[in-house]
Amino acid sequence: MVDNSLILVYEGEFTQEITKSVLLMAERNLEYMEAESNTKKKVFNVMVECLQNICKHTDKVAEDKLWNSAIFMIAKDQEYYSIVSGNAIENSFIPSLEERFNQINSLDKEGLKVLYKDMLINSQLSEKGGAGLGFVDIARKSGQKLEYSFEPINEHSSFFCFRTKIARVNE
Amino acid sequence: MDALLIKATEDTPHISFDPSTGVLEISGRSLPEDAAGFYKPVLDWLKQYAPAAKVGSALAMKLEYFNTASSKVILDIFNIIEKITLDKKVIWYFDKDDEDMQEAGEEFSEIVNIPFEYKTY
Repeated sequence: MVDNSLILVYEGEFTQEITKSVLLMAERNLEYMEAESNTKKKVFNVMVECLQNICKHTDKVAEDKLWNSAIFMIAKDQEYYSIVSGNAIENSFIPSLEERFNQINSLDKEGLKVLYKDMLINSQLSEKGGAGLGFVDIARKSGQKLEYSFEPINEHSSFFCFRTKIARVNE
Repeated sequence: MDALLIKATEDTPHISFDPSTGVLEISGRSLPEDAAGFYKPVLDWLKQYAPAAKVGSALAMKLEYFNTASSKVILDIFNIIEKITLDKKVIWYFDKDDEDMQEAGEEFSEIVNIPFEYKTY
């Protein structure tokens, strides 16, 4: 059995239709790779949130033609599944994203639950900030700290790299 | 009032609401990016149903997956059900190994004032 492998890599444009296809392809690949249904569900859930985040964000920098494309990847090693996404974002989004990530990474399981419920109730008032709830959900489902970086592209935008790890059940 | 029937797709759930029996069911996967758009007719139907709801209306939630965009709309659905003054409940189904789904149901039940019943499959 191969212990380190790429399950799926996609680079290019992310539309709603493409996002859907990538998701279904990844699900099929996972189907015969992972026997543990709980792990499979966690990976699938995180993929959905990551892909939909990319889809939302790439819209915002669409005028930046060169950086219209994004990357999405799933890999596994002996211990973890890794779900990695990379996409261009406007620099103006970075401070609020960093603030959100710091907050999420400072919380334990119970703290994340409280934050999730709070955001769920308050998001009823404003439709904005949907991505915020997605990140909290990813942190909860994965049970790991969120890993991220911002690589400057130019004075307007940066490449946002985001990685989630999901522990595999050791048989 | 007519029943509401929406067929499942690869990223949206099957919806079957019967106003004559009060049996309301949402099942499958709910992953639409535009959750607000998908659920608009569902919320509209429920708003019309709530004032004339059947005694013992039961909303069965049999979801395999739902995204965070859907979770906000699910809360909107519960908020409408909550306003039904007659006897009502939510039946939350989850795979017996799926702790995340069980916990999601428990969290919704802590936010809204509706009796929740849990069933595993």
